[in-house]
Amino acid sequence: MSKVWSRRILEVLLVVFAAAYLSPIYVMLVNSFKTRLEMYENALALPSRLTFEFYAEAMKKMSFLTAFGNSLYVTLTSVVIVVILASMTAWMLVRTDNWVSRVIFLTFVSTMLIPFQTIMMPLMQVMDWIRSTLQIPMLNTHEGLIYMNVGFHAGMAVFLYHGFIKSVPIALEEAATLDGCSKFGVFWRIVFPMLRTITVTVAILDIISMWNDYLLPSLVLSDKGLRTIPLSTFYFFGEFTIAWNLAMAGLTLAIIPVVIFYLFAQKNIIKGIAAGAVK
Amino acid sequence: MRMKNIAWYALFTFPLLFIFTTVVIIPFVIGIAYSFIEWDGIPANPKVFVGFENYVALFSDQRFLASAGITALFTLLSLIAVNVLGLLFSLMVTSGLKTSNAARTMLFMPNLIGGLILGYIWQFIFTDAFKMIGETTGWSGFFFNWLLDPQYALIALVVVFTWQMAGYTMVIYIAGIQGIPDDVLEAAWVDGANAWQRLTRIKFPLLMPSFTICLFLSLSGAFKIYDVNLSLTNGGPVNKTEMFAMNIFNEIFGYGNYGLGQAKAIVFFLIVALITLTQVILTKRREVQM
Repeated sequence: MSKVWSRRILEVLLVVFAAAYLSPIYVMLVNSFKTRLEMYENALALPSRLTFEFYAEAMKKMSFLTAFGNSLYVTLTSVVIVVILASMTAWMLVRTDNWVSRVIFLTFVSTMLIPFQTIMMPLMQVMDWIRSTLQIPMLNTHEGLIYMNVGFHAGMAVFLYHGFIKSVPIALEEAATLDGCSKFGVFWRIVFPMLRTITVTVAILDIISMWNDYLLPSLVLSDKGLRTIPLSTFYFFGEFTIAWNLAMAGLTLAIIPVVIFYLFAQKNIIKGIAAGAVK
Repeated sequence: MRMKNIAWYALFTFPLLFIFTTVVIIPFVIGIAYSFIEWDGIPANPKVFVGFENYVALFSDQRFLASAGITALFTLLSLIAVNVLGLLFSLMVTSGLKTSNAARTMLFMPNLIGGLILGYIWQFIFTDAFKMIGETTGWSGFFFNWLLDPQYALIALVVVFTWQMAGYTMVIYIAGIQGIPDDVLEAAWVDGANAWQRLTRIKFPLLMPSFTICLFLSLSGAFKIYDVNLSLTNGGPVNKTEMFAMNIFNEIFGYGNYGLGQAKAIVFFLIVALITLTQVILTKRREVQM
């Protein structure tokens, strides 16, 4: 009896502890409903009434819906391109085992060590040169940002796909080739469906890092209408730091998409993170 | 046939290689060249070759050296906090309690929120919320505006970074713990090993691969911190919490010293490469084979 009870108590304690760990989220939430006066009376208490006026105001000032649409477009397009190109590249590199492939693979992997700050300035110079000389609008466009996102996430994605493909048996591919399937057909009909697990991992890791990325978009995008969620949060916050209730409503808005994504894909996210790190 | 294979090879690998080269390789190489010139970033102004002058200058840049010191201290503290907490969490949620899954879900959540937004949430907590709590409870020795004091501001950064990363390392430690075969632990239990011995003599040695990964991730993550730094303290008070990455950004885009800033960026790269590779080699050596 006492053993069962002590277990129950431990179970409750664990949840209470985990909930306490999330208390900053609670502080953010409750203060997003309070007036200035109420907030300064007690920052930790529950709000006396539920008013969404700060949310409406924050939504307008952050151009939240535009920012959300921009983030969604940039992140999803970048991830789809990374998945398609990195899986194709990694497959060729594994299946064509010669020195060229090894050099290419090593280049992809070793550049993963380069911090973003080391290349941000020259990258902007290169993109500016492409813009002015070749007339391709790489700066201040979503497409330019997507292009750079793909470049920065290529190394990690190729690395993960490469490791996974090495363990995929080649027999099926050989059979399909004998049946007259082209390389393109072999890859998309036979190989790619078998890469599902690692594709989920790559997609999740990239979605999280691209969605939350601030520095690269801040350098690439300058038009107000192009801002992603982290960018619009930054500018919004710069203007309204003093109005904490409004700021908290804005931050809550910024977090909502992430929380929804987490609730729906929780198992895959945790599995994907573990798989991506262990490789 | 051979030509055809080469064509397929190119078709599959060229697009990504092209993008990768223009975004990472070329800027990296050009970046090395930029570190030897003096330039203010204005296209019309000349770029003057100065050799190693920028590298000499950065070693007498007091603010840069201070930021290197702060970054090292921050990284050390974060490394300890993130891994102790992550390991503790993983042991808690693998103890077979019914509420483990719910706890794991909650403990991991902060990791999904971007550093910029996390920094802002905590900025409110460390400044106004702390001050208010201090005023109402009278415990103003602990609850005051942490971000106005250089030391406490640094601790605040460690707290926020740890809050973000502990759940991440937890997930990796969980995978490691679940990979330990039950019969090994049972055999130890039969041989009379107590819980502490099972933890330190069996679990920890077998978790060495997880330690390698977690130390690597928290080390490079802490060393390269920027977003949280920007939104929580913005380097303040008076640049006392300006980390490496922020110092580089400010030197280039804030003060317009493109050459000097780029030299710092190259030094930054060398240090990151050196410490992460050393750390991986060191811990890899201590991994045990099953």
